[in-house]
This record gives sequence, structure tokens and C-alpha cells, in this order.
Amino acid sequence: MTTPILSISNLSTSFRVGGEWRNVVHDVSFDIGPKETVAVVGESGSGKSVTAMSIMRLLSPGNSRVTGRIDFEGKNLLDLPLEQMQSIRGNRIGMIFQEPMTSLNPVLRIGQQITEVLVHHRGMSQSQAEAEAVRLLEKVRIPSAKSRLNEYPMNFSGGMRQRVVIAIALACDPKLLIADEPTTALDVTIQAQILELIKTLQDEEGMSVLFITHDMGVVAEISDRTVVMYRGDAVETGTTQEIFAGAKHPYTRALLSAVPQLGSMTGLDRPLRFPQVDMASGELQPVKPTADTVKRDVGPILKVDKLVTRFDIKKGFLRSTIGRIHAVEGVSLELKQGETLSLVGESGCGKSTTGRSIIRLTDARSGTIEIDGKNVLSAGKSQLAGIRREAQMIFQDPFESLNPRIRIGDAIAEPIVTHGLAGVAEAKERVGELLERVGLSASMADRFPHEFSGGQRQRVCIARALALEPKLIIADESVSALDVSVKAQVINLMLDLQEKYGLGYLFISHDMAVVERISHRVAVMYLGEIVEIGPRQAVFENPQHDYTKRLMAAVPIADPSRRQTRRISNDEIKSPFRAANYAPPKRSYEQAGEGHFFQLA
Amino acid sequence: MSHDTNSATSVHGGGPARRSRSPFRQMITALLHDKLALIGIVMVSIFILAAVFSPLTAPQDPYDLSQLDILDGRLPPGSTSVNGMVYLIGTDDQGRDLLSAILYGLRTSILVGISSAAIALVIGASIGLVSAYAGGRLDSFLMRVVDIQLSFPAILIALIFLAILGQGVDKIILALIVTQWAYYARTIRGSALVERKRAYVDAARSMALPDRSILFRHILPNCLPPLIVVATMRVAYAIMLEATLSFLGIGLPVTEPSLGLLISNGFEYLLSGDYWISFFPGLVLLLLIVAINLIGDELRDILNPRREG
Repeated sequence: MTTPILSISNLSTSFRVGGEWRNVVHDVSFDIGPKETVAVVGESGSGKSVTAMSIMRLLSPGNSRVTGRIDFEGKNLLDLPLEQMQSIRGNRIGMIFQEPMTSLNPVLRIGQQITEVLVHHRGMSQSQAEAEAVRLLEKVRIPSAKSRLNEYPMNFSGGMRQRVVIAIALACDPKLLIADEPTTALDVTIQAQILELIKTLQDEEGMSVLFITHDMGVVAEISDRTVVMYRGDAVETGTTQEIFAGAKHPYTRALLSAVPQLGSMTGLDRPLRFPQVDMASGELQPVKPTADTVKRDVGPILKVDKLVTRFDIKKGFLRSTIGRIHAVEGVSLELKQGETLSLVGESGCGKSTTGRSIIRLTDARSGTIEIDGKNVLSAGKSQLAGIRREAQMIFQDPFESLNPRIRIGDAIAEPIVTHGLAGVAEAKERVGELLERVGLSASMADRFPHEFSGGQRQRVCIARALALEPKLIIADESVSALDVSVKAQVINLMLDLQEKYGLGYLFISHDMAVVERISHRVAVMYLGEIVEIGPRQAVFENPQHDYTKRLMAAVPIADPSRRQTRRISNDEIKSPFRAANYAPPKRSYEQAGEGHFFQLA
Repeated sequence: MSHDTNSATSVHGGGPARRSRSPFRQMITALLHDKLALIGIVMVSIFILAAVFSPLTAPQDPYDLSQLDILDGRLPPGSTSVNGMVYLIGTDDQGRDLLSAILYGLRTSILVGISSAAIALVIGASIGLVSAYAGGRLDSFLMRVVDIQLSFPAILIALIFLAILGQGVDKIILALIVTQWAYYARTIRGSALVERKRAYVDAARSMALPDRSILFRHILPNCLPPLIVVATMRVAYAIMLEATLSFLGIGLPVTEPSLGLLISNGFEYLLSGDYWISFFPGLVLLLLIVAINLIGDELRDILNPRREG
């Protein structure tokens, strides 16, 4: 290999927590060659972001300590005085962050934010800088760049903002670009666009990229070499091909086995558990096949017909309605006991609103919903309480959905006692059973939510949802916030519970790969409407609607040998906002196979 | 892989059941570990103890006329009375030992301050919670009432109230409640609106828990931190407002003097050089207010979620 651009040797970083020094990165070494993309991959707490921050020296010197060597252009960055570091940061090394919503200043125009860097770092005059800003925005493929210079960040969508952030990072022609989870907050089609853009720009500019991510799919798509981090150690380093083909470290194997791969379920009609790796031996344990849980002979547990939910947007002193968000528009679906129906789509497509409308957390405008034969929308208060017992919801963020001030045992016991299913003493016993059922121990009932990790909290939420012995569980992005390995465990748990109790799952997710793994049937939503619905196998192997195809093409595939150049459209996700007098068009569906329908354009 | 790789404390495995500390206990611990707050707590405790036990701690019962001697009037600090008693910080115009008068006055001031703040808190918090949870018309109505209330100076409302009701400890407490509930209502409504949108409330609703339990068991405890901060500050403000009203002569009757009334008593002698009659009650009032605010300030820092760990 030629001389590396950046060479990191024996990097260790510690933080002072309370009075103690805690080591979060130990002894990490790797190089980045010219025009090379190196991915640092790991789960939360693995130290991957801290490594990036250490390189940029962005950690506050008061409570952090960085040792080792970081060689960049013949200098050890760790020895440089801070003023010199300032001229390297943003100049020779550019950085982009995860959250495009907060990394731009909301009160400054886009143009100002770019020209500021140019005037400051490259000594351009204002008019030169403006011309250069237009060139940069065109470089990151922002349409009609010139006219958008005078707009504020709020006028840009998430993907467009991330493009602006990249343009700013490119402003000084850096040799190295550090990208810290730049696509994590974006939708999958937008993520694909940004990844393409980074690859193209890398070719055009001839720069190196250090790409930090938790997503093995993204790694497989973009990186030449990969560093796998686990609890502060770089456990494995190698070319991306090598790592995916034959990982040596048990952790890497465990991580890879937990990554759902789109297309891996071809030919299977039932959900499949994730394989588990024995951490001691590194052996892959055999996967227990799932039983056929779908009860086809009884009526559906959930029946939704022409559901419509709209939110009025009011403006002005008289609060007149100027338009509506058509969040859910004519959605019809059915779910049997023991069946998993997944609702997939990108942000703003109405999938969560559909879930919330079903148990009336959000008020629907029209349509009918039946849970176990009981009409939900016309139910009175006490009837609704009865219906809600049968249909429970698990939310996305396990940190948010547990009350931080209530012990988890009390949180699980509360619905049992309130609904009179058991007395206080008996409820306590049930709490213990439930906790054990979800893989925790009964003695944890006395703890507060903050004492648990994310995965454990989600298990607590599942235990709480099971407390009322429901028949239907609406899982709203329930595994999206979890690390891959934990996600695999929680999904295995959900499959176990389905076998045991015959639960029906309405699984709401944006993650196509997870959906492929766990569903019996799939419904694809776009702008509040179901554009395609059918058995999982049919939808994934024979997609009919354009949007379904686009969604599939955008999913990163965790297999570098299947990397392909793709045609990715630069469309933004449209908004379901409509004028007040908008009348939705009549939709018709065509059948493509048994139970497989798609919307005609 | 049998364990989670997420951060946070490792809690897997059985082991003996350990009852973990509640957030409230943690707050108290943090408060006791904070130097400034500790100073405030010690000072306030001393004031409260001295006030509660004033019949025991005071050298003289300033309202027992048989113990007073008009000849002792307006003696400077350190003087000795005709019957041999030493007046540490002097006497007032009626020959009362000023130290004793302050201790008794403190009792009234603290009683009025704490009880009015506490009752106003309960009323204001309930109104604010219901307003936030119900939303819609009721919310708009209640918040407009709060707006109107807050647009009048507190002292003006208290003045009008006392003018109608007349003097007395109970009446001044009532007047202080009327002027203060709106602050609590506004504060808690703000935090309740935020909490109401959080997923744990949705979770509680989807389990069909009764509204009452969602409001008071789930939302209220999570709204307490800002409320506690406001409450400590408001106690100080109530004590000050009461002192102001008494100083103006419309607060408490002369038979139950508070710090404000004592200050007002000495006011006319200030220019003639007898400073101590107003100065010492004023100093005690100042120290009490500063001490309460110290606790309030530190509490605000401790309870701030964005505070650096």
C-alpha cells in the first residue's frame, strides 16, 4: 500500500466520570490510504464516534485524555497546539455529523453558512465566495442551486440539508472526510442517494473517507476496508470483502449473523429467527424453524376498512383551516391471529398514524375498525377500555415509553390491577412471571427504567404489553432504536411469543430487511395509502408497484459481493399536505396473485 | 450472544433483590452534596427552628405586657434594662426586646409564607394539570384567566383583597394564595404539555388506565422538578410580599407582628438615629430570603436535565 493519508497508532481515549478515568477506546490502530474509504463499525458504546472525535480533537481537554499517535500529512495531530489544529479542522479534514437538522444554524441563510467558510478559510471575496457556493451546491446535486442560496435550513428536507452539510465540508477541498453516521437519521431512499453522492464525490475530489456507522449494510455498500469495534477495542480489521466472507472474531460473526439481509428469505414462506452465535466458541447455533401460527379458520382479529385520518392545519387569528395532512387515506387491511402483517414505508407515509388510529390514540376521521369483532371507532369509554385490553402497543423508543419515575414492577402491575385481572399480591407474582417470560429476572421488578439497557427496556415494554393478555400487538418501530444484535434477540423473542400465545402482530417499520424476516404479509404505504399489499414472499419476490421497487432498490445489502451500481432517482419524499378543498382521487387495485394487490397509478 | 451490548449498567442475572433509589431520593442526596445549597438549607433550618421554638428561645415574651417596661423604649443594642436584662440588639419604641420580637415575628412570616405557597401550589398545580390534559376550550379559558391574573401586579391584587376582607393571618394567607396560584398553574401546564406528548403517556393510554391515574401517577411526578424550583422561590416571594403588606399597615394586625410590621415600626425612628429597630428585622428578612433562594437556585441546577453529569 502507498503511504497512508491518516495513520492512527495505539490510540487510547479515556473520560473522567465522577472522580475516575474510564477508558472508552483502547489501543486502536489503523491507516487510511489515499482515495480509500475505511468504515469503523460497531454498536452503541463501542467507541467508534469517540475515535472520530479524538482524531478531530473535539473532546474537551478538561475531562478527557487521548494518547497514542495520529499522523496526518507528516504531523502528529495529538501534539499540535490547538490553533494549528483549528486550521486543519474543516480545512484539511472535513466532518459531517449524524443529525442534519441540528448541524446547520437555523437562523442563517444557506448561502451565508457556506460563504462564511470560504471567506474565512480560503480568503475569498464575497462575490467569489458566492460563485463558489453555487458551484459546491451543484456539486452535491442540489437542483436550482443559485436560487436556493437565499433560503433557510427549514426550507430544506433532511436529505437536502445533509447535502448542504456535505457541501460545507467540501468547501476547503479536504484530503480526508470524516462522516459520523451521516445517513442514520435519513430515510432509506434518501440514504441511498447520500451514499451514492459520497461515493461520486470521493472519485471526483480524490479524497479519503472515514465512515462511522452501526449499519453493516452501509458498510458493505461503501467501504474498501473495515474496522470492527467492540467495547473500545478494534477487534477485527481487514478489507470489507474479507470481513464479510470470513470473519475471525466471534463478535464480528455475531454481528454479521444478526444483520438481516434483503433477499435472504427467498423461497421461504414463514418468518425465520435470527441465528445466535455462541460468544465463547464463535460457533453459529442452528436456527429453530418457526411453527405455522396463523389461524386461518377463525375470523380476523383486526379488520380495518377505508380508514382515513387527517390533521387540519390551521392558521391565522380565526384559526381557519388552510390545508390538511392526509396522513392516512383509505387504508384497508385484515390481520389474523398468529399472523404478522408489516406496514412499511418511509417517514411521513402514515404508517405510525395508522397504528395509533387503530387503538384510538389518534382520532380517525372516517372508516371502520374492528378488533376481535368489536367496533373501535364507535365504542364508548368503558367499551374502549375493554378493546384496548385486547390490543396493545409497543413503541419505538424504549427510553421514552417507560415512565422514568415508576419502578418497572409497578409499571407492569398497574394495568393488571386497574383492570381487575388480579389483586395486588397476585399481580406481583404475575410481574415476576412476565419478566422471566421476556428473558429478564423477576428480581429486577424493583428497579427504575434508567438502570436498564435499551434492549432490556424494550423487553420490559413487551412484558408490560403482555400483562393484559392481548391478542393483537401493534409494534410501532419497536426494534428500530436497538443495536443490531439486540434487535435480533428482541425479534426472536417476539417470534417465540407469537408461537406461544398466537399473537397477531401489526409490525410497523421502515426497515425492509427486518420486515422480510418476520412477516407473513406485508403492506407498503406511500403518502398515506397502501400501494401494495400481499403475502411477504409475493411482495418481496415479485414487487408490482413502482414505489415498492424503488424502496427495495434503496435498501443497502449487507454483502459486498452483491454490490451493484444502481439507478437511484433523486426524488425527494413528497409531503401528504394538501389544500383544504383537495378531494382524494378514487383508487383502484389490481390483483397480481393470491391475496396480492397493488394500486394502479 | 446472551447479553445486550448497549451501554448502561449491567443488570443481568439474578442476585439478591436490591431496592434502588428513587429519583426523589437522588435529588435530596445531590442537594446535600452541594455546598451552596447546604449553606441555604442550614440557614433556613436555623430560622425555622428558632421560629418554631420562639417561646423557648426568646429571652422575653414580647407580647406579655407585664414583662415590658416603657422606660426601656428605644434602647440601643447591648443596653441593660432596669430589671438587669441585657438587650442584645436593643429594644423598640415600646420597650420590647428586639431579638424576642424578631423570633416571634419570624414565626408569623414563615407560617404565612410556607402555608400560602403550599396551598397555592396544590390549587395551581391541579388547575394547570387539568388544563394541559384536557386541552381545547377549557385550556384556553383557564389560561386566559391566568393571563389576566398575571397581568396585575401581585401587590395590587393583595391590596384589593385585604381591603375587602380586612386584616388577619388567615386573610393574608388567602390573599397570597389568590396572587400566586397562577404562577404554579402556568409552570406545570408547560411541563405537562411536554410530558403529555411523550410515549409513556401513550403507553398508559393504550393500556386503558383511567385518566385520573395517568394525570396524577404518571404525568404529575414528571412535572415536579420545575414546580419544586418555582415553589421554593415563591415561598421567599410570599414572605416578602407579606412583609411589604404589613409594612404598608394593611397586612397583619399589631397583635401578631411579622418582620414587615417590625420594620415598619422602626421606620419613623430611622432618621433620628435609632437604626436598629428597622435594621435587625430587615437583616433577618434579607438573610431568610437569600437562604431560600440559594436552595432554589441550586435545586434548579440539580434538576436541570441538560446539566453536565
